[in-house]
Amino acid sequence: MIQDKKAHKFGMVIDLDKCTGCGSCMVSCMSENNVPFKEDESRKKDSITWMRVYKLTNGKSFPDTQVVYMPRPCQHCSGKGGHGHSPCVSVCPATATDYGYDTGIVSQIYTRCFGCRYCMGACPYHARYFNWWDPKWPEGMENYLSPNVSPRMRGVVEKCSFCYHRYQLAREKAYGEGRDGIEESEYQTACTTACPAGAIVFGDLNDPSHMVHQIVKPDPHPDPMNKYVVDKSRNPKVFRLLERLGTNTKIYYLSEREWVRKAGDNYLDGEWDKVKNHHGSSSHE
Amino acid sequence: MDSALIPEGADRCSFPKFAIGISIVGAVALWGVYAMFLCWFKGLNQTNMNDYYGFALWIWADLAVIAVGGGAFFTGLLKYIFKVDELKNIINFAVIIGFICYSSALLILAIDIGQPLRGWFIFWHANVHSMLTEVAFCLSCYFAVLTIEFIPNILENRQANKVPFFHHLAHNMHGVMAIFAATGAFLSFFHQGSLGGVAGVMYGRPFAVREGLLIWPWTFFLFTWSAAAFGPCFTLMVTKITEVITGKKLVKDNVVHLLAKISGWMITTYIIAKIIDTIYWAMVTAPSLGFKMSHFYTNNSFYGYWILVTEIVICGVLPGFLLLNKSTRENPTTRLIAIVLGVIGVCLNRWVMVLQIMAVPVMSFDTWALYIPSWQEVATTVLPVAYGIILIAITYRYLPVFPQERELNQPRVDQ
Repeated sequence: MIQDKKAHKFGMVIDLDKCTGCGSCMVSCMSENNVPFKEDESRKKDSITWMRVYKLTNGKSFPDTQVVYMPRPCQHCSGKGGHGHSPCVSVCPATATDYGYDTGIVSQIYTRCFGCRYCMGACPYHARYFNWWDPKWPEGMENYLSPNVSPRMRGVVEKCSFCYHRYQLAREKAYGEGRDGIEESEYQTACTTACPAGAIVFGDLNDPSHMVHQIVKPDPHPDPMNKYVVDKSRNPKVFRLLERLGTNTKIYYLSEREWVRKAGDNYLDGEWDKVKNHHGSSSHE
Repeated sequence: MDSALIPEGADRCSFPKFAIGISIVGAVALWGVYAMFLCWFKGLNQTNMNDYYGFALWIWADLAVIAVGGGAFFTGLLKYIFKVDELKNIINFAVIIGFICYSSALLILAIDIGQPLRGWFIFWHANVHSMLTEVAFCLSCYFAVLTIEFIPNILENRQANKVPFFHHLAHNMHGVMAIFAATGAFLSFFHQGSLGGVAGVMYGRPFAVREGLLIWPWTFFLFTWSAAAFGPCFTLMVTKITEVITGKKLVKDNVVHLLAKISGWMITTYIIAKIIDTIYWAMVTAPSLGFKMSHFYTNNSFYGYWILVTEIVICGVLPGFLLLNKSTRENPTTRLIAIVLGVIGVCLNRWVMVLQIMAVPVMSFDTWALYIPSWQEVATTVLPVAYGIILIAITYRYLPVFPQERELNQPRVDQ
């Protein structure tokens, strides 16, 4: 593992109790990143949605029904033990997807991807999308395409980049002004800025001054219950999707509701009650 | 019409009859070629694959043909390295079947990738951590080895063999074939294994993931083992089909019995390992990730426990037993049942390790995803079968594939 004290680890925390499921994050993401349309968008399993909002229920009937909307961008996994071997990065045969040790961002190199789709099979979050069709936009809409993001060609995989171009622009600005680093507010993803409920908080998980760090309180030590899990949240209301697999995602979710936190992972009968109050090595302090 | 090309002393059907047969199968192949060009020019939207099913029918077909093509490397290993001399009577055919299987696998991969013109990136930008990179390198190299193994047989064609250079080349290549057989076995070990590793390393997919030895998950070893075990079954099955179609006995029983016996031992040892692997996965690996075994076999309309029982018991334990037992092995009917079940079993294993992996939901709020291939996928999957039939027909007609054919089919002299 490359140890760089100055390395960023960009991540996100999404407050599921604030999310209304409005879909603004999805729309802003598609617009920002030049995500193309299909002629027929009714077949959802081949529609490209870098940010997808899932609808979850507690499974109870009226009047006890509860619903939660869960936005799901690429989880930017740092892999088992946080070594950068994300499920997708480690399997890509052509190094077309890579882990940025300086940012924690999982990149996708469209011009190198040859479309084998192994990364899609390896990702349990369905966060990766294949361009089954040539990219097309309604007439006139080409004029609205972002000049900072390259459109993708048919036959390659694409996914959320944490709006990496915004990071590049922020760095360029800082460099031009003779500054070393960038401010928290200078690099924010499109979905974060578009969320009307303020449910998405984005920033550097390594920087204690960033709000995302303060909410998540990531535990740098390996989880005593699972050596592959690192950066587990010390906040009892925060969880990650499929944390037990050791993917070590950088998308954290926040909810006051226990059933929502439980829905984030899979548990055997009776297991949840034993682990629900476990928050990394801090639980053993 | 083409009698000058037919091996000396061999009896073949008339050319018009042969041409009609080839034309019928050729029409099927053309259908596949049409679908292949549709996929190349219009893209993979011609398929029913989607973002849940990024790996689908083709990858199964790819893994299946490579598994059943394993008869080539394993028979070569036995013949040239372990000096099981009787197998010289079936090695040519095993190599031809292997050549067909591996060329088909490469063709399927060329159709399957979204950007076929960038296929070479897998070599140029190789990610050494990826099992698929290992597959690509070993597969390509092994196909080259198979081609080298096939060449002497081609040069033994009646007309080609009249050219002194070709005659000597074929003779000398036979002399050094042990080197290629050893190289082929080495390469096969790694590409068969890395195909298993493709699934086993997917730690985001609890249905696929396995612990293992160093960097290799157990599926790595199981895939190699199963290819060596069931590959000879496929060789025997295709030999039987060829015998039925040609109406001739082509390989002596003692050779068939020997290969069947070796296959029986391999299947039995493999299936014991597979059962241990399955139990460990179901009792330790999956539960450690929060999954009960029932999660993978219930709550959907297709994948039930039947597939596990069929793969392991009916198409694993049973053929192993039938081929180990002398009386059932030497009985043509039970032997045929065993080898057909074995071929189905290994294909089913590859199906499970590709399509069921994609189907199983992982996130607690996700649902099972089932998929039905489009006609273009079916046509391009049938294409290698048609191509295989045509190549076998041509090689059988014009090359001395079966050394025992003449002896076994002497004209009967009435007393």
